[in-house]
Amino acid sequence: MPELSEHLFRRESGRMVAALTRIFGVHNLALAEDVVQDAFCRALEVWKARGVPENPSAWLMTAAKNRALDVVRRERTSRDFAPEIARLLETEWTLASAVAESFAEHTIRDEQLRMMFSCCDPRLPEEVQVALILNILCGFGASEIASAFLAGRAAIEKRISRGKMVLASSRRLFDLAEDDFAPRLGAVHRALYLLFNEGYHGASAKAAVRGELCGEAIRLVLLLCEYPPAGTPATKAIAALMCLHAARLPGRVDVYGDLNLLVDQDRSRWDTGLLGRGFELLEQSASGTDLTPYHVEAAIAALHASAPSVDATDWRAIVSLFDTLMRIAPTPVVALNRAIAVGQAEGPARGLAELHAITDSERLASYPFYFAAQGELELRLGKGAAASEHFRSAIALARNATERRHLEKRLRRCSE
Amino acid sequence: MSEFVYLFRVDAAEQRDRMGTPERAQQSMQAWMAWMRQLEASGHLKQRGQPLDRTGKLVRGKTRVVTDGPFAEAKDLVAGFIVVEADDIGQAAELANGCPILEGGGAVEVRPVLAMNF
Repeated sequence: MPELSEHLFRRESGRMVAALTRIFGVHNLALAEDVVQDAFCRALEVWKARGVPENPSAWLMTAAKNRALDVVRRERTSRDFAPEIARLLETEWTLASAVAESFAEHTIRDEQLRMMFSCCDPRLPEEVQVALILNILCGFGASEIASAFLAGRAAIEKRISRGKMVLASSRRLFDLAEDDFAPRLGAVHRALYLLFNEGYHGASAKAAVRGELCGEAIRLVLLLCEYPPAGTPATKAIAALMCLHAARLPGRVDVYGDLNLLVDQDRSRWDTGLLGRGFELLEQSASGTDLTPYHVEAAIAALHASAPSVDATDWRAIVSLFDTLMRIAPTPVVALNRAIAVGQAEGPARGLAELHAITDSERLASYPFYFAAQGELELRLGKGAAASEHFRSAIALARNATERRHLEKRLRRCSE
Repeated sequence: MSEFVYLFRVDAAEQRDRMGTPERAQQSMQAWMAWMRQLEASGHLKQRGQPLDRTGKLVRGKTRVVTDGPFAEAKDLVAGFIVVEADDIGQAAELANGCPILEGGGAVEVRPVLAMNF
């Protein structure tokens, strides 16, 4: 009897919702979600008696397809379905083929893309866009999203329902041939980047949860790459960035933030397949004239990924890439990471000077790694007392037990 | 050894809630498969039974009136059955203890199959 693969239901859920929304219309999103739920209930009843079928995904898709046919037949006189194919649903002559077409592999891919673009509606704040993507396209429930974001379940539920109201009011999913495709693609980039970062640097202590977020961000960005108009150099750069970072997740010593680059990782545990994919995508991203922050960040990640150790890393090249990043997309966190790189390239005193020179450092006041970075640099200067103080400030801001454990370990180093 | 039928009774609304997210649905599924495997491995599973659709028709009384029902959202709906073998009703009830349906607010009705030969 085949085993059930991990997260099968979660993965299929997004694909089923995409196919069903093409039939019912985005204003009937709740109906699509009911049908998916129904397919899961059916699977539960049948599989527990008969075992997992040979092709569980196909089984679920067929269950959803049959249910969709029932729903359309029962409700086509009382309910408006998707305006794009409404005519085809009206008669038995075309109903079955229209529904089957919605479940074809290429249609599901296109509908997932349209859904992704629809979730990134400019009327919605970014955190709502990300919550919607996680819920609709990735199959995460409100409580699962809440645990990944260290947010309350009620707050996440509010975001999702607000987002769905806006989605439902649009009646049609985003048309990929629309004029505002390019600006909307920028919004999709930002949302996926945010989603990935939440997984990579996120506050949730559960490594498994964070890994899943990174995995979903990569899956969606690769979906964009597959569709030529969306597979721009910037998209390739984001995909490269994600692959190069994610490849190094398995080797991460228990610490988050870019400071973990200063701890020598077990480089033999890095995912070489993902690394290769990342370098390949980075090469493909180097076309056209637009240099995006994603390109620069991917180049930095590539330098880290190709270095044999922390000491053998080309820190000068990294500093110069951070200089570029400060020119095109300055943020306090970029300035902090630049100062850390300067500390590696030119010594701790220079690093500290750059750190103190950060202009809007008050925006880093709640970021534990701002203080940890100062602690590391003071420690390297041999100033244990000053370093201890910074690590204590960092510990007070630690967002979870793992961060706290790491910082306490560093604090003990100060008095050794 | 005697045979017992387990009738699985669910409250559809509660079950839905329990299967609220794909991840939770999958967990329920895994719990069920593990329980069934355990019954089978310990030699208690006699028949895997049949899953039942939630809705159907009721044919009732001398007049043979046919009505719709039960309805998918009904409480205490029979969702399926299996047949187990156990020493006695006590052991059969105990084996039902681990059934995942109980986690979702459902019930297992344990009914001895009447012996035909004495």
